[in-house]
This record gives sequence, C-alpha cells and structure tokens, in this order.
Amino acid sequence: MPVTKILIANRGEIAVRIIRAAKSLGIATVQAVSKADHGMLAARLADEVVEIGPAHASKSYLSIEALLKAAADTGADAVHPGYGFLSENAGFAQAVDERGLVFIGPKAETIRLMGDKATARAMAMKAGVPTVPGSPGRVEGLQAARDAAEEVGYPVMIKASAGGGGRGIRVAHTPEELATLIPQASAEALSAFGDGGLYLERFIARARHVEVQIMGDGTDVVHLYERECSVQRRRQKVWEEAPAAVLDTATREKLCASAVALAKSVGYRGAGTLEYLYDDETGAFFFIEMNTRIQVEHPVTEMITGVDLVAEMIRISAGAPLLIRQEDVSISGHALECRINAEDAAKAFMPSPGVVSRLVVPEGAGIRFDTMLYEGYAVPPFYDSLIGKLIVHAATREAAIDAMARALDGLTVEGIATTIPLHKALARDEELAGGRVHTRWLEPWLDANPLDAAKA
Amino acid sequence: MAVKTVLAPIPGIFYRSPSPGEPPFKQDGDTVAPGDTIGLIEVMKTFNPVVAEVGGRNVKFVLDNEDAVMAGQPVCELED
Repeated sequence: MPVTKILIANRGEIAVRIIRAAKSLGIATVQAVSKADHGMLAARLADEVVEIGPAHASKSYLSIEALLKAAADTGADAVHPGYGFLSENAGFAQAVDERGLVFIGPKAETIRLMGDKATARAMAMKAGVPTVPGSPGRVEGLQAARDAAEEVGYPVMIKASAGGGGRGIRVAHTPEELATLIPQASAEALSAFGDGGLYLERFIARARHVEVQIMGDGTDVVHLYERECSVQRRRQKVWEEAPAAVLDTATREKLCASAVALAKSVGYRGAGTLEYLYDDETGAFFFIEMNTRIQVEHPVTEMITGVDLVAEMIRISAGAPLLIRQEDVSISGHALECRINAEDAAKAFMPSPGVVSRLVVPEGAGIRFDTMLYEGYAVPPFYDSLIGKLIVHAATREAAIDAMARALDGLTVEGIATTIPLHKALARDEELAGGRVHTRWLEPWLDANPLDAAKA
Repeated sequence: MAVKTVLAPIPGIFYRSPSPGEPPFKQDGDTVAPGDTIGLIEVMKTFNPVVAEVGGRNVKFVLDNEDAVMAGQPVCELED
C-alpha cells in the first residue's frame, strides 16, 4: 500500500528526524502535538499539525484513540511511532492496521512475540542464538523462582517479562534475597507494565552492551553491524559507538549472523535492534532482548554504513522489498554519539526544562546534531529530557573521540542546564579512550569524578 | 480567616496520589501539617514530592490530578 502522508505519533528530536526522512522520500507529514507542544521544532517543519490532547502523555502521545482520530481527520495513510510512547505497543500497531493504515514498524504479532522478554528468549533459543543462562520462561511463584535460580546459579537478575528500559530489574545474591525481591519485583512489574510476570537471568558483573541493527522486509533480513552502548547511567545509555571496538572480526560476523537468524525466524519487517551482553572475560555474547522499533542511537549506524535507516523503514512499510544486500553493507570508520539531556550533570542530573536563550551548533565534516532545539524554544517539563544527539564520524575510534571533544567545545546551549559538561569530561577520559568500560562503569566513575559546575 | 497557599516548587505534571490506584496524599477538607507531602510533580520522568511548608485546616486543591503545572502556581489552599 502506498504511503503518501505520515502521521508522526511522537515528539522531540525523533519527530524531526522522521520528517526529514519523509521529505527525502517526497512524502507529506502530519505532526501530532499535545497542547504543550505546539512550539516544538517538528511542528514547525511538518506540512500539517494536529493537536491530540493535553500535556500529559497518557492523554496525548499514549492515547491510541486520539492518534487514530488525528490520522483520520488529516487523511494520513501511515503512522510512524518513533521510539518510546506507543512504538512497541502491539495493540496500537494492530489498531492502525485495522483502520487500513500502514504502521511503520513490524506486524503487531511480531511486536507481541518479541516485545515479551520471555517469549523473545524462547525464540532466540529456538533460532540457535545464545542467551544468558536463565529460566526457560516465566517463573510462577517463589518456589519456581528458587528452583530456577539454583539451576542458573547466583547471583541472578530478576527481570519483568513485560519490562524495558532497564526498569524493574533486581539482583539477588542469595536465596534469602531472592525471597525478599521476588514479591517486590512482581508488584512493581504489575503496576509499571500491567503484567507481574518475571523471569531470571544469570548476573554478569562486567558485561558490555552490544546490539545489532537489522532491517527486514518480512522475508529477507540484513544486518547493519553493531553498536556498543556500555556507558550507561541508571541503565540509560549516555554514550554510544559503532562499531563495537571490543569485537574481533570473527566474533562480529558470528554476532551479526545470529541476529539475522533470529529476525528471519520471526519474518521481521522494518528496523529492529537485538541487544546482547558481551562478556569481556570470556568473549561470549548472549541475546537479551529485541527492540522492535528505530532506536535513539541509530545515527551511529547510519554514519558507518551510509544507510538512511528511517527512510528505509518507511519505504519497506509501504510494501517495497529490501534493497540493501548484505554484501553491500560495510563498515567505514568509527562513529560516536553523545546524548545531550536537559539535566544538570553537576546537580545529581536534576531535570532542567526552560527556554533555550542561545544555541550554537558545531559544523564540519563528519559532525551531525539531531535535535529538537532552536533559540527561544521552551523545553517543556512534561517529557523525556533528551534534547539532542551529537554524532561524529571519523576514520578511526581515536580520531572520532578527538572529533567529539572538539564538536562538544563548539556546542553551546544556554538558558537550561545540559549534560554537555559530562560528555566533555568523558571525551577526555583515558579509560573510555582505552575502551575499558562496561555497563556498570559510569556510575562509580561519576562518584570518583564529580562534575563541577564552575569548571564546566 | 486567612487563607494560605502551597505553591508548586517546579513545573511538570501534578499528581494527588503516590501511585495510580492509591488514595490521594490528602483529601479535600483534611488538615495539613508543615512538612506533609501533599502531592507529586513529575518533571521529565522524575517524581518530586510537593511538601507543604505551612500547615492549616480544610485543604482545598486548586489543581486536579494529572494537571500540567508551572513553577510558582498554587497547588492548594489552607485555612488557619
């Protein structure tokens, strides 16, 4: 079915990114906005703007009914969900499909299958993809959890079946801790995700986060190599790279082939990411979960492969076959991305909404800034704190880090506090330069290297 | 009878209860002591308590649950 007019069911920088991709394909855009978002950049860039409800996301960007009405009212024939919000909501994908509109993403049943962490794990095992040793599926009740934990070996991670974004994860070192944490985790999962289901995984202390970008058309699937996102705070990614410098060529090929095998086994359509833990000590990798949407950090992959992932997912959703052949995908150089948040890095990352009084964006070869900001824009307090992503591309990782340090020096955001000072410090850090990081590296680093507001 | 006002310390979304489905921190008509938490404000996905700096009787909320609020806007009124 042809796509001629896309409703963007999202906001912020990704809405801007989707509009740019749609424009490059000659497709019209309708930007959905909450009452608080009329001033956002995407609303200025889109061909049309439609209000979908009040500031509170549950009544606007999370309201399936409001979004479907907006699509109908504006005559959009496709919906792009972006990331977050309803992007991995199978019910939304299905509702869009039932209205005869194109959902720019996988089929609802794929989201259902891969969105549930426990069934995704089972699918991975079936496709021969290594998974972190853990319970074969959900653990029902404390006794089942105890038995599974004995099998897996302590320490174990307790995860919510319906979870995501690092929420609801707990680590139990002993059966006693397990007995305390299981009921807590189940209650929290029930209230956060509407599903109290849990599963267990072995806890790997020094794990690196590596993920493979794939693109499928429902039949064929290709990979676009991997990213590393080990630098995290509170399980939120802070600094991302492509490729993962820690992998040798043989491991990289095995990892990416496993992602393609799993995505093929579910007939995957659209852009997707398979997340893995990489054990630095053994060189083993384990599938943990799949994100059935475009990801925040997709630009680093675009920089090293030259593929426009957002345009490609739109093209495929309209029924076009995958044009990328695996043999045509290669890695060129190294790319980095710093997530710039409206948070005061020197004050416990306190959120800092407000008016951007001055904005200077660095320019030059290999520099890209994906953002929702403009001078005079009031960053609203109601949504995620991500305000931009600074991306650089250079011939080598070392050169990319240098380029990032210079690009950060050229980036000025005044009027609100941002995490730019954190990234400046990271770009100068020797451990990070040496690649000696893991998913629990940044938090102790922050304790040891407090950011001084005056120095920044 | 003097009326005292509790102001929102930060902008965001105002919540009357600690989490959905739970009873509100304070019902209209309740007495509020200084230091009592009377609501939450969600700013960029972080939840911050709204603490009454003054106490009083017969609290009357001027904001509804899940209302958008700006810093300095009245949250509720109290009687002496």
